[in-house]
Amino acid sequence: MTEPMLRIRNLRASVADKEILRGIDLEVGAGEVHAIMGPNGSGKSTLAQVLAGRETYAVTEGEVLYQGQDLLALSPEERAVGGVFMAFQYPVEIPGVGNLYFLRTALNAIRKRRGEEDLDAMDFLAFAREKMKLVAMDESFTGRSVNEGFSGGEKKRNEIFQMAVLDPRLAILDETDSGLDIDALRIVANGVNSLRSPDRAMIVITHYQRLLEYVVPDRVHVMDSGRIVRSGDRRLALELEEKGYALVQEPPAARSGGETRR
Amino acid sequence: MSAPATIQELTSRQYKYGFVTDIEADAVPRGLNEETVRLISAKKNEPAFMLEWRLRAFRHWLTMKEPRWQNVRYPPIDYQDIVYYSAPKPKGAGPKSLDEVDPELRQAFDKLGIPLIEQQRLAGVAVDAVFDSVSIATTFKERLAKAGVIFCSFSEAVQKHPELVQKYLGSVVPYSDNFFATLNSAVFSDGSFCYIPKGVRCPMELSTYFRINAENTGQFERTLIIAEEGSYVSYLEGCTAPMRDKNQLHAAVVELVALDDAQIKYSTVQNWYPGDAEGRGGIYNFVTKRGACRGKRSKISWTQVETGSAITWKYPSVILQGDESVGEFHSVALTNNRQQADTGTKMIHIGKNTRSTILSKGISAGHGQNTYRGLVRIQKSAAGSRNYTQCDSLLIGSRCGAHTMPYIEVKNTSSTVEHEASTSKIGEDQLFYCTQRGISAEDAVSMIVNGFCRQVFKELPMEFAVEAQKLLSVSLEGSIA
Repeated sequence: MTEPMLRIRNLRASVADKEILRGIDLEVGAGEVHAIMGPNGSGKSTLAQVLAGRETYAVTEGEVLYQGQDLLALSPEERAVGGVFMAFQYPVEIPGVGNLYFLRTALNAIRKRRGEEDLDAMDFLAFAREKMKLVAMDESFTGRSVNEGFSGGEKKRNEIFQMAVLDPRLAILDETDSGLDIDALRIVANGVNSLRSPDRAMIVITHYQRLLEYVVPDRVHVMDSGRIVRSGDRRLALELEEKGYALVQEPPAARSGGETRR
Repeated sequence: MSAPATIQELTSRQYKYGFVTDIEADAVPRGLNEETVRLISAKKNEPAFMLEWRLRAFRHWLTMKEPRWQNVRYPPIDYQDIVYYSAPKPKGAGPKSLDEVDPELRQAFDKLGIPLIEQQRLAGVAVDAVFDSVSIATTFKERLAKAGVIFCSFSEAVQKHPELVQKYLGSVVPYSDNFFATLNSAVFSDGSFCYIPKGVRCPMELSTYFRINAENTGQFERTLIIAEEGSYVSYLEGCTAPMRDKNQLHAAVVELVALDDAQIKYSTVQNWYPGDAEGRGGIYNFVTKRGACRGKRSKISWTQVETGSAITWKYPSVILQGDESVGEFHSVALTNNRQQADTGTKMIHIGKNTRSTILSKGISAGHGQNTYRGLVRIQKSAAGSRNYTQCDSLLIGSRCGAHTMPYIEVKNTSSTVEHEASTSKIGEDQLFYCTQRGISAEDAVSMIVNGFCRQVFKELPMEFAVEAQKLLSVSLEGSIA
């Protein structure tokens, strides 16, 4: 049996002494798309941030293996150059720094790690223009600063565009669908689908099943109170849509002994 | 590689211009009195009017008190402990051409990236190289002379163009102006002089490179630029000094005069030794810079990137006398470790329909303290005038400070003054966004800061803009723990 792209074992993490992740187990193989759903405050975004290396969260227990390596031992930039990408729920603005300059710097950091030559500005521009088409970015994008003055939809499209350029092995999409109208959702979903590949694993975090109509997941996991409480195939998402998260939320008394059902 | 070499590499990476040139100097004894002033004037073989002017300044200085209103702290300066004149000793009769400049000095400037051999220079820039108290070489003089442009050391100007010096010296910054300008007027030793005749567009960028080398000396230089009717000049200055534990005083004066339709663009990249991380040593950069837009539709534009010095204290200003004249001030001031800066500008509107723009970007890191102080004064006579001021501060870490002190005086009802200010902090969010994309934290900080300064860098001549960006990155090293 081959090692999965990502293996999480009993992961616990807290912020300011408050435990948010209370024992996560998850395996995602190359070529797979896993959706993680769950109510507000269930720990979905925390999981994404812990995997990306955000220092706000303290990992108290458990391990995360990425391509067989201890992911938690690496700094955020080491993870990134090693192929871990997170599409942010709230992409930040960096005034005065051009989108393409930013992205070329990032790509060249990754290429350096891969032992490849830097791409110069001209080669990069040609390459980036191709990828811009994936998410219907218009030409004016190239002259603007990172996310500055972008609409919510443009910011999310930019995240997927960045993912297309950086070509990660593990992509974590943190509520990439939130705040999108139906047209923007389709554009983003098409972008994501075009990036599905046998050598890439994706974790798609979402509140709603809506995105999953376009990006069909191989597995669906439901989080509640810092744990994965149910896992299934795409039908689980439909069931949740119908019945609401009450389906998976257990009465408080039962929680302490709550086994993860798979 | 041996261990000491590695350590040296690390320290020189922080301030790579910290070397000392071992050269014999002709210096006057420490201390300041009338004799010192006479001695400096005599060494330069100056005409009587210069000595008179210096002595008036010196006598006035004795009646003045060092100002204390600025938002910077430093121990008292012992003015009797400073060497007021130090010049590298000429070998033989002194250089007749650039090729004869003392190789030691040439090497020093090569090391600074300022080759004095014209063929090695970027063709578009003429340089006046000032080493301690004297100008040692000026490049491209002949080519400039063909265009009628005078570009030489101040000493040479006093000898060859005394009428111009006498007419304009002190006409913008009078000898009685302020404590440090008055001190400079008494003891200034050299500097650069530019004269652009009527209707001439200066065919290349002019620049002065200031280097402090000798220990215990102060550097007191003066720059005077005169742009006649309809002329244009772009002037750049750069500066560095060795790393020493003791503070050194740099008190310069710059005067600019723009007549009808003339334009002067003055850019500074200031990188004096800033002192070490604990605040030991570094240059006190106490400078008076002022331009007079005397003519109608004249324009003076100051752009400064201030990354060096233990203390930076200066307000490059414009007096807008001519109707429809324009003043601009674009500034990036960075304070890291224990550096302090109190800098800004004064825009004095006198003529009708005059316009000024102030764009100030202050960056504080480490324990750095950064103050923007600016005055916009619109006189009664300046009907229909406008000012726009934008003042942005960026904080890195939680031990530094940013202060904004704008003064606005408007004495008529037909003028418009706008002031915008912002303070932001490099957020953990911004940093994480960059590191998550694979960009190292240090590169991320320098990228974010450069973005913050972009509006100002756009105003710099191309090669300076690149230099300024690099400088900013180096100056920020170690600013994130």
